[in-house]
Amino acid sequence: MSAHHGPAKGFTRWLTTTNHKDIGTMYLWFSFAMFILGGAFAMVIRAELFQPGIQIVDPEFFNQMTTMHGLVMVFGAIMPAFVGLANWLIPMMIGAPDMALPRMNNWSFWILPPTFLMLASTLFMDGGAPNYGWTFYAPLSTTYAPPSVTYFIFAIHLMGLSSIMGSINIIATVVNMRAPGMTYMKMPLFVWTWLITAFLLVAVMPVLAACVTMMLMDIHFGTSFFSAAGGGDPVLFQHIFWFFGHPEVYIIILPAFGVVSQIIPTFARKPLFGYDSMVYATASIAFLSFIVWVHHMYTVGIPVAGELFFMYATMLIAVPTGVKVFNWITTMWQGAMTFETPMLFCLGFVFLFTIGGFTGVMLSLAPVDFQYHDSYFVVAHFHYVMVAGAVFSMSAAVYYWLPKWTGKMYDEGMGKAHFWISFIGFNLTFFPQHFLGLAGMPRRIPDYALQFSDFNMMSSIGAFIYGASQLLFLFNVLRTILAGKPAPAEKAWEGAEGLEWTLPSPAPYHTFTTPPNVK
Amino acid sequence: MHLQAKRLSKLALSPVLMLLSMLGTAAWAEEAQRWQTNLTPGVTELGAKIYDLHMTVFWICVWIGVVVFGLMFYSILTHRKSLGAKPADFHESTSVEIAWTVVPFIILIVIAFPATKTLLEVYDTDDADLDVMITGYQWKWKYEYIDPNGDNVSFFSNLRTGKTEIYNEDAKGQHYLLEVDEPMVLPVNKKVRFLVTANDVIHAWWVPALAVKRDAIPGFINETWTKATQTGIYRGQCAELCGKDHGYMPIVVNVVEEAEYKNWLNEKKSQAAEIKALMSKNFSLDEQMAAGKEVYDKSCAACHGANGEGGVGKAIAKSPIATGALATHLDVGVNGVPGTAMQAFGGQINDVEMAAVITYQRNAFGNNMGDVVQPIDVYNFKQGK
Repeated sequence: MSAHHGPAKGFTRWLTTTNHKDIGTMYLWFSFAMFILGGAFAMVIRAELFQPGIQIVDPEFFNQMTTMHGLVMVFGAIMPAFVGLANWLIPMMIGAPDMALPRMNNWSFWILPPTFLMLASTLFMDGGAPNYGWTFYAPLSTTYAPPSVTYFIFAIHLMGLSSIMGSINIIATVVNMRAPGMTYMKMPLFVWTWLITAFLLVAVMPVLAACVTMMLMDIHFGTSFFSAAGGGDPVLFQHIFWFFGHPEVYIIILPAFGVVSQIIPTFARKPLFGYDSMVYATASIAFLSFIVWVHHMYTVGIPVAGELFFMYATMLIAVPTGVKVFNWITTMWQGAMTFETPMLFCLGFVFLFTIGGFTGVMLSLAPVDFQYHDSYFVVAHFHYVMVAGAVFSMSAAVYYWLPKWTGKMYDEGMGKAHFWISFIGFNLTFFPQHFLGLAGMPRRIPDYALQFSDFNMMSSIGAFIYGASQLLFLFNVLRTILAGKPAPAEKAWEGAEGLEWTLPSPAPYHTFTTPPNVK
Repeated sequence: MHLQAKRLSKLALSPVLMLLSMLGTAAWAEEAQRWQTNLTPGVTELGAKIYDLHMTVFWICVWIGVVVFGLMFYSILTHRKSLGAKPADFHESTSVEIAWTVVPFIILIVIAFPATKTLLEVYDTDDADLDVMITGYQWKWKYEYIDPNGDNVSFFSNLRTGKTEIYNEDAKGQHYLLEVDEPMVLPVNKKVRFLVTANDVIHAWWVPALAVKRDAIPGFINETWTKATQTGIYRGQCAELCGKDHGYMPIVVNVVEEAEYKNWLNEKKSQAAEIKALMSKNFSLDEQMAAGKEVYDKSCAACHGANGEGGVGKAIAKSPIATGALATHLDVGVNGVPGTAMQAFGGQINDVEMAAVITYQRNAFGNNMGDVVQPIDVYNFKQGK
């Protein structure tokens, strides 16, 4: 049980590791680094929008910032963060010794740092970084793109490769490596949501790869997939992109649902209400995600019959999503709640994500979307689901499992401060953006009419507060690792259930080498 | 100090001012107001229906929110361990699950009816009184009034706000970024069909008060429509990211009485005739330089720099094209450079303007070529002579 069972020493440990905990840790730190980078881009955007007029960056660079902010946050921060969580937790939750494909696991992580280094390096290239929005609509991203677009395409291919390998690994692990007695309907909900997410990823990442490959062909090899002049169609790009892009939205939010479904029962001291319906709701959302993509393109001129179909399908999403929210609230109902930091973030999640759900229902209505589309109302909507959804749940997850990962307790006061400052900062940033959009401010503009000044200034101040609160988060985590008080031996939380809480804290390098028996 | 106090009092008063301005609905409809928090019903019947639908769904969401969040906060406040609460152990109920699946479904069906009806109206572009073709360019709009007899009127509509306002050297005007050199003019109470397309990348033509937003897609023509019931000036912007100056291609629509519209249209037609007359005129270098600078600042400076120093586009100063053969220079100006951001300006500016701006480029910025291009030269070039 000694030397060759423990981690190797020095940097090679991290480079060559096949241990799910090491890889999970690297994913989490990497995604946090990307979160800070993407956040820095957001700060540039909000600083420029603090006042009307051009003050800090030129419109050209502003477009690079909005594009890079979106790309880095979606592909660099949120997605790898949940993969990191999956790596750490899925084996421990299903009683497996490691992931099913540990060497591929190493590779799927180590593709990411060079990929994002390459993507970030486009900022210093001739013609600048990608400036066509994270949705990179052709022909702005083909005929009219800066030369760095080729690096961008390569980066997307690599990210896709990493995601596909990561998801295959998760599917293989969940299907094959569950401990005896751990039937599918006994799996923790986090495992369920990730299993479904992994299938979504395997289904749509190749579509994204096809999309950027067609761009590559159009740019360098004389094809005209997306150019009407050569018999192609720019709208085809949008269909392909959103066929990937809409499931992508659920790829981001489903693991977040899983996290919240683990944490709320712990602090309500009551089992999750409606476990079965949660599983079915997740599967329905995943299915619906494939037949709603056109709601991102209501204004491109789809025939009215198509528009109606996609409107009805989109409205339907509210049903399973509603079921989830009702289940969470009923889980709290008549519980014995305490409000430690992870619970605060989950409550913030339920409250704000539901607001994002309401604006989602509003946006689903095609005739009204002709006014909302591409306005700040949309920006407000998707930040309510992406930030208050995915990022809040990630913060909750880190505070919740940090004692298990490190064997030490974080500072509760600082954690609560982090929650309240982010909560206030977030709402100050994004709530006024609903107003801006309804009043007629388009998204992705570096400068705006004077009527929009007040809410923009408010929004920028909120963004600076929200940004600063993340430094407090970083400080709290570092302090826990370096100087935190020891965590309770197994259960860090009185109400915590699940196999991971039967392990010592910190979780040893190898766990469940003999599978536990689940009753 | 005094100034700041004044600004602060203005800030505090402005919600009140907005409410007051809402009472006189004209200003509220025409463009966004300070502190505006809601959609405009606009000045079309369709816009009012869209607004009603928006408000209906908004209130439904508010009431669902009141119930759901009400229960959540009640639970948070009362079901606390610190108040001695003991956890119940229920964790499923099929009937409750069915109820909260079915009830939202019914609510959605109720919303779907008006939404479907309104959507069908949005798509009903039949029986228009007037057709206007809208073409998005990087970064301006072209409006072409389709005449049944082929006597079309067309012009470009550019941002009028100057660089000095944008770069904070001058005070910003009341309609900062929402003003153009030439607005679209439409008759009141007429159904206008818009044929929307683009020349380069995808743009989107959006005027909230007219309840129109439609993507302008190169190679395809989208149809949409409006029918303004009040005269006035309505402002909007490009809504689809279209490159560097996406934020700087506003839309202004001037809705006027029909008689006034007819006068305007006739005047545009006679202007076109005047340009025809100018075609045969011979201009001096000084005349062409003065006229050319105007065209340059409007159409070229955004990419090639105010002093020909370059930017998104190549430098004009000392460029091999501006100091090389005239035919090549005309070719680049008229036909653009395919596959780059350099557009074909042959269809965007008339031959008189083209002659002036080519002359200007060949003689300004130290190029000093000394040649004077006449409108007829451009015409001949286009005819392949």
